[in-house]
Amino acid sequence: MKPLTPLTIVNGLLILPGAAPAAGAVRCESDRIAAVGADLAPLPGDRVIDAQGALIAPGLVDLGVFAIDKPAFHFGGITRAALMPDQGVVLDTPSAVRFAAQSGKPDLWVHPLAAATKGLEGRELAELALMREAGARAVATGRRWIADSGVMHRLMSYCAMLGLVVVAHAEDGALTGSAVATAGEMATRLGLPSAPAEAEALAAARDIALAELTGARLHLRQVTTAAALDLVRKAKARGAAVTAGITPAHFMLSDMAIGDFRTFTRLSPPLRTEADRRAVLAALADGTIDVVSSGHDPRGPEDKRLPFADAEPGMAGAETLLPLTLGLVRDGVIGMARAFELLATNPARLLNADAGSLSPGCEADIALIDPERPWMVDSAMMAAAAGNTPFDRQGVQGRVTALFKGGVAIEL
Amino acid sequence: MALSSMTSSNPTAAGRYPAGSAAFAHRDLIALAGLAPWEILFLLDEAEQWVELNRKPHKRDDRLAGLTIINAFFENSTRTLLSFEIAGKRLGADVVNMHAAQSSVKKGETLIDTAMTLNAMRADAIVIRHQSSGAVGLIADKVDCPVLNAGDGQHEHPTQGLLDALTIRHAKGDIAGLKVTICGDILHSRVARSNIHCLTTLGAEVRVCAPPALMPADIEALKVSPFHDFNVALDGADVVMMLRLQQERMSGQFIPSPREYRHLYGLTLDRLARARPDALVMHPGPMNRGIEIDSNVADLAGRSAITRQVEMGVAIRMACLDVLTRRSRKVEGWT
Repeated sequence: MKPLTPLTIVNGLLILPGAAPAAGAVRCESDRIAAVGADLAPLPGDRVIDAQGALIAPGLVDLGVFAIDKPAFHFGGITRAALMPDQGVVLDTPSAVRFAAQSGKPDLWVHPLAAATKGLEGRELAELALMREAGARAVATGRRWIADSGVMHRLMSYCAMLGLVVVAHAEDGALTGSAVATAGEMATRLGLPSAPAEAEALAAARDIALAELTGARLHLRQVTTAAALDLVRKAKARGAAVTAGITPAHFMLSDMAIGDFRTFTRLSPPLRTEADRRAVLAALADGTIDVVSSGHDPRGPEDKRLPFADAEPGMAGAETLLPLTLGLVRDGVIGMARAFELLATNPARLLNADAGSLSPGCEADIALIDPERPWMVDSAMMAAAAGNTPFDRQGVQGRVTALFKGGVAIEL
Repeated sequence: MALSSMTSSNPTAAGRYPAGSAAFAHRDLIALAGLAPWEILFLLDEAEQWVELNRKPHKRDDRLAGLTIINAFFENSTRTLLSFEIAGKRLGADVVNMHAAQSSVKKGETLIDTAMTLNAMRADAIVIRHQSSGAVGLIADKVDCPVLNAGDGQHEHPTQGLLDALTIRHAKGDIAGLKVTICGDILHSRVARSNIHCLTTLGAEVRVCAPPALMPADIEALKVSPFHDFNVALDGADVVMMLRLQQERMSGQFIPSPREYRHLYGLTLDRLARARPDALVMHPGPMNRGIEIDSNVADLAGRSAITRQVEMGVAIRMACLDVLTRRSRKVEGWT
């Protein structure tokens, strides 16, 4: 579905790596970006779109979603989503991966993350090379940690050979057990099963050690505690190929938010203390965190309208990913260019996708964004398959006004 | 002081709390956390009349006649269910018990659907016990009548907290300033949480004692002092409250063995001597005799208030059912 005529978007503010937003235009030929620049003019015969001063940004690349939820992704400016292997049929076979890779086209690209182990059970390696051939862009341990260090060692050495990033969940499963909250005052008051936040640092320390041992590239999908962020920071300083991600929940909320047993705040990993939340903000500011993703996991009442500990974890995050990250820009935590490195450039690089930046040759995945436009998050009115957002009734700013996948406009 | 001679100080109600519905302006009783001291005192004072009534041969007051109370117990219970049933019946209500074991919960019906069903039957009050923390509050949000929490997971068991406070008040006259030592599985205990909130709100000095694995994180935030050494925690205590240790926690998961638990945390006569000479011994039941409490302590005349707790339980539950249904009964001053 390639566009017949070249497309030029003019009169916008270009988001280019390492630079403040600057007036300019972007020109797309076929499904690729052909040129960007301040004084770029449409060529005769181009289809011309006036951005009317909006940000011209790369489409968001959402690393680690649990469902393909196109309306929510498009609302949030997401043009590519890396799908976690934890599906009804686990993505542990080439056929499952191939099917998933086709499931969003043409207006959303789904990058399947191959299950590291068969059935995500943490015991036997899945057919990772065959799944790579079938379209898997990285390997993931799923929602769970691989408890057996021998399995993790073999997995990482194999992935190092294959050149696949290992996306890991960093929580020591034996320590977390059936916990649904972080040990501390709030869990104690509510009487919820809880585990020490150190479960994350324990898991991160092992996986970082194995990454350095094997030379594998490790991406810790969510690093939510000061202790584990310090481990990542130090590993990076040593030159280890370790990256870290986060979702807006962990930079916006602390475990104070679970106070009324609201299951929309039941997340995995659980919300942490305010001190850890501040550590996450610091890690976003100093470059320790590389990726902000939605963790999109729409869950209906059958999974959420339950007592807190009986509910499934997860949030519908696709629609709020962009505005909450732009909130970090407004608050001076990060700059605008860095926001889109976190949302697009870095995850695209980890997935080895020609996307995530407005660079000539990249796929023409482009979002026009009004970064100031205010709107109210409303769990009853969401584009997502379910409204399980912890940010219900919260005012936010930043909205996608137009979205292009491979140079083709997507109806919003 | 022998228990038989214990009487309530029962101070006059005047001036202790506002008149009418302002004395307890909540539709439900989900938790003691967050209640004002005078709200707790109001419920304790209300219970006194029922302590009196329950000691008479004719134990009947028909103020709840015509009302339907559903006891919905999603978790097994003998004494709490019986206590609520007796409380409702002595006030003249029609009391119906729903056991999860014989309900459609076993057939996969969701908790909310069950709650909506009970609501549609137009209960005038629903008493709920559930194994998950927060479950009772969740149901309360979905139904139109007052809801009483009879224990939700490891969160709260408010009527237990109130009946323990009433028991202490009967024995000691006042709660403020007392040293109360709560010993056992604090981590998993809703009884401990409700007692901590109740007693600290009423001005007691509360100590909690447990091995580290059974002590919740940051428990100091609940304005209590944590101890691991029971002997130290008992020093000078006015009240010793023992908690039941669940069998599954004594199999090496949290504690190496029952006899090792008794060695460190069992309330023996020798240990009790570390508390004040008139220290009150309490246990919410059912007891593991010879593990958390020795029989000669549990049965110690004049000191053990364990059966008195059960007696106060019925009175407290009568008070709660009465107070929470006053709005629907259009009692004067309750709007």
